[in-house]
Amino acid sequence: MSPERAPVFLARRSYRRRRLADAARLLPIAGAVLFCIPLLWRGADGAIGTNGVMFYIFGLWIALSVISGVISRHLRASESEAAPPVAEEA
Amino acid sequence: MSILNALILVCVLYVVFLFAVAFAADRAALRGRGSWLRSPYVYTLSLSIYCTAWTFYGAVGFAARSGLEFVTIYLGPTLVMIGWWWTLRKMVRVGRSQRITSIADLISSRYGKSNLLAVFVTVLAVIGATPYIALQLQSVTLSFAAFAETDPEATTLPDMQSTALWVAMGLTVFTILFGTRNLDANERHHGVVMAIAVEAVVKLFALLAVGVFVVWGLSGGVAETLARIEASEISRFEVTGSRWVGLTMLSAMAFLCLPRMFQVMVVENEDEDHLRTAAWAFPTYLMLMSLFVVPIAAVGLDLMPSGANPDLFVLTLPLMDGRDGLAILSFLGGFSSATSMVIVAAIALSTMVSNHMVMPIWLHLSGGAAVVSGDVRHVALLARRLSIAGIVFLGYLYFRLSGSGTALAAIGLISFVGVAQFLPSLMGGLFWRGATRTGALAGLGLGFVVWLYCLFLPSFGPSVVLPQAVFDNGLWGIGWLRPRALFGAEGMDPVMHALMWSMLLNTGAFVLCSLLSFPQPIERLQGAQFVNVFEHSPTPGGWAGGMAQSEDLLIMSQRILGAREAQALFERAARRQGLVGYLPEPSPDFLQELERVLSGSVGAATAHAMIGQIVGGAAVSVEDLMAVADETAQIMEYSSQLEAKSQELARTARQLRQANEKLTQISVQKDGFLSQISHELRTPMTSIRAFSEILRDTGDLTPEEQSKYASIIHDEAVRLTRLLDDLLDLSVLENGQVVLNSQTGLLSDLLDRAERAAGVQGGDLRVERDRAAEAVALTTDLDRLAQVFINLIANARKYCDGRPPVLTIRTRQSGGYLVIDFTDNGSGIPPEKQAVIFEKFSRIGETKAGGAGLGLAICREIMTRLGGSVSYLPGQAGAAFRVSLPVANRMAAQ
Amino acid sequence: MGNKVLLIEDEPNIIEAVSFILSRDGWEVKTHSNGHDAMQAVRERAPDLIILDVMLPGKSGFDILQEIRGDTEFADTPVLMLTARGQSKDREMAERAGASQYMTKPFSNADVLAAVRALVTP
Repeated sequence: MSPERAPVFLARRSYRRRRLADAARLLPIAGAVLFCIPLLWRGADGAIGTNGVMFYIFGLWIALSVISGVISRHLRASESEAAPPVAEEA
Repeated sequence: MSILNALILVCVLYVVFLFAVAFAADRAALRGRGSWLRSPYVYTLSLSIYCTAWTFYGAVGFAARSGLEFVTIYLGPTLVMIGWWWTLRKMVRVGRSQRITSIADLISSRYGKSNLLAVFVTVLAVIGATPYIALQLQSVTLSFAAFAETDPEATTLPDMQSTALWVAMGLTVFTILFGTRNLDANERHHGVVMAIAVEAVVKLFALLAVGVFVVWGLSGGVAETLARIEASEISRFEVTGSRWVGLTMLSAMAFLCLPRMFQVMVVENEDEDHLRTAAWAFPTYLMLMSLFVVPIAAVGLDLMPSGANPDLFVLTLPLMDGRDGLAILSFLGGFSSATSMVIVAAIALSTMVSNHMVMPIWLHLSGGAAVVSGDVRHVALLARRLSIAGIVFLGYLYFRLSGSGTALAAIGLISFVGVAQFLPSLMGGLFWRGATRTGALAGLGLGFVVWLYCLFLPSFGPSVVLPQAVFDNGLWGIGWLRPRALFGAEGMDPVMHALMWSMLLNTGAFVLCSLLSFPQPIERLQGAQFVNVFEHSPTPGGWAGGMAQSEDLLIMSQRILGAREAQALFERAARRQGLVGYLPEPSPDFLQELERVLSGSVGAATAHAMIGQIVGGAAVSVEDLMAVADETAQIMEYSSQLEAKSQELARTARQLRQANEKLTQISVQKDGFLSQISHELRTPMTSIRAFSEILRDTGDLTPEEQSKYASIIHDEAVRLTRLLDDLLDLSVLENGQVVLNSQTGLLSDLLDRAERAAGVQGGDLRVERDRAAEAVALTTDLDRLAQVFINLIANARKYCDGRPPVLTIRTRQSGGYLVIDFTDNGSGIPPEKQAVIFEKFSRIGETKAGGAGLGLAICREIMTRLGGSVSYLPGQAGAAFRVSLPVANRMAAQ
Repeated sequence: MGNKVLLIEDEPNIIEAVSFILSRDGWEVKTHSNGHDAMQAVRERAPDLIILDVMLPGKSGFDILQEIRGDTEFADTPVLMLTARGQSKDREMAERAGASQYMTKPFSNADVLAAVRALVTP
């Protein structure tokens, strides 16, 4: 399709989709970092309680599942990225 | 009934139920029904074979020993799953577009379809999976034993090894029945996947039930449970950073590389879009599976007598409380976890073993003759079944040899590190075009050796495989080759130690050898196809069964054959199969027929490839094929246009040549015009002069002679006059200065008049006419028309050499024209003369008295003026002229 | 010296005129009116002089002349050619083919007689 015929909203939508794909890529990295946070915690006697870490881990787990669900809802695997810029694919 | 007997009964009933589920799913899939089989939730649940008996029993044991550390085993897969956009999407796309059947197949395909690599990966996978299968057998036997201990009626404990053997045999039978029912090109097993999904629900439900029972039943609530945790030995979060990060990474790597995970995630994948659902549903499933692990461990540690196996808390806690029903449910959960893992692992490994080891050897031994004879299928299935039995038996053997001392979690981790060796080659192959076969072999080989030496062999304990001396002083007494402290890395956790060194050396060798080696052409081709898979095959989509293929085939055929012909072909085939509409089943017969038809248009090889691609769902997507088809159609259209053009060119050239010949002939005639006119004038003048001189100079002429010569002079003078008249007439006609006098008369009268004037009476020419057809009134310049008729009849009289000469005049009306044919029975006009007879001074014979060769030229001019035409009709019995005249003749306006 | 003249000509009126003129001058005139079998007629009559028209039905006068000259018996027989096409091209062709004399129609009777006498007498 020639550039001048492409409607504006389409460009907007594909832009939104590319940013969603960025988010999908970032999510596991963010998750990995966040899962390591308890390693930094120090309690009064040098260690912290299992309960607190458990709540943090499971809370984070649920949050990641929900975010992943929200992102995946809008990303279709079968859709090919329409001519992704090289910088994004790399 | 003793609880042990009840347990066996429940087991048998459960297995029968699984059989029924698998059977029903297979049947539904075979009939193309059951879209629920292709639900993304079934896909997600099938991924849960990640959670084996190790998870079900071992996670609690792990938690009882190391607290929250167990959760890393689930965090890794969670991160991989929510990061599906990175890797899983590409793996699934490559797996589908390249028709990958196993992880060995994927790696060998990527690196130039190297069978050596495939064999290597297969061996590594089998070695890595064997302890894991042993682990499942162990967990089932342990759980049996746990029940037996509480059974007061049981006089003797059941023999653990015979229990394991029974379980192994049962699993083998189930796997063979449902894993090798059909030799599907796509290696999908709907029945097995469905059974696994059911088992996934059972184990989750069982674990949640035990968790709820422990928290609210045994502990008395959430707050109390938290208090118990706080009070237990695992109340502190004391994991080392390296193990936390390392185990998370290890589980993530194993999740990607485990052959059984690859089987359910990539091979059994029906639709890429299922990943979207799995992206959140599978992390949720894992979260739920781990939710009650720490509480169960804490409560178990609190309530169970010290020395109780924490791996069996899930089972022993309900049993202790006398909840036999819950215990049986829990047992079923563990049983489900164990069986589903063994089944899928056996299927995945048997595919690899039979495809990459048994079949190549068998084909080699049989000299390839079997490929054509068609019993490959049978051999492949047999190889598959034997492989399944072999793999399960290998697990059983390991279980018997290793005893059952090792903690479940330890065996699992050893296995994980083994399969993680695939990761550099796998990811490198998917994301780096520079990865080569040499690099993959080097990396895999080195990683495998390090894993074997640092983790697998030492796991049997000192002096079992490796002597104590090696542990203490390293191989050959070299200090930095100690298996637990490679290169002087002292004091590390053995698993982390092995993971670090094997992955470092593996990746290093892989990258270095890839950089240094040069790939073969097929490696480069495959590399491009794998790394750029999203550019190469957009959206293969889900194969929605046979009809979708038919539709694709129809779409493709239409582009090649044209819509009408393709539809007719498909409709015929559908009717033959007793179906209505345009879409027949893609049966072998129909495909063969279609291929034959298509090969007429695009060539046999292309047709075969195209149909193969659509039906087989291979590397090239349907859209690619459509592009090829469009291209082919364009080429065909273009070449037919070219053909038409060249025909047109040939026609034009022929016309040009004809025109040129005619021009040359006319030029010759023009050249001879003067001599012609000279001849035509001089001949009568010669007679006139000669006889006038005779009359003048000869005195003794008789009166008869005088009168005769005078009349000759007169005749020749008339002939001269006529010639001059004709010339004048023609010149007037040619210059368009003629004045036409429109009259109305009957055609028959006109022909009568022409016959008389042409001197037919008294001559030997017979004229045959159809007077009824001639009763046509004409309004035109009748005198001029008569002139044409006279000329034609006179020509016949003069030139017809038929014996006796006959002229046939036929009249008919056709397309608004009155057509009058004058056909004689003479020898006609030779083709080379036909083009010039209407030219001036052209005569058929060289000379014949009276003709100046202007008659037909005048006729043609007259007919043009009258709005009609006169032409020579070739291919008749004799000479034939056709005069045509508009019926509603309004004279050409002048 | 013979006096046999063979006239090969297709126009009947011209045949009649030439025959009349030559007969009256004492020539024995035979006529032949087509090209096909003209050579046969030449052999039968064995004339002392041949008067040949250029345009004949069936065969051109030039061709007949070539045949006559090709026959050793008539190689020296004088041939008077008559033509209605007064072009110099024809004259050249006639001379090349071996015509003794060449006359263009219409001719005067006296000229014909003079030419015939001149051709036969020497």
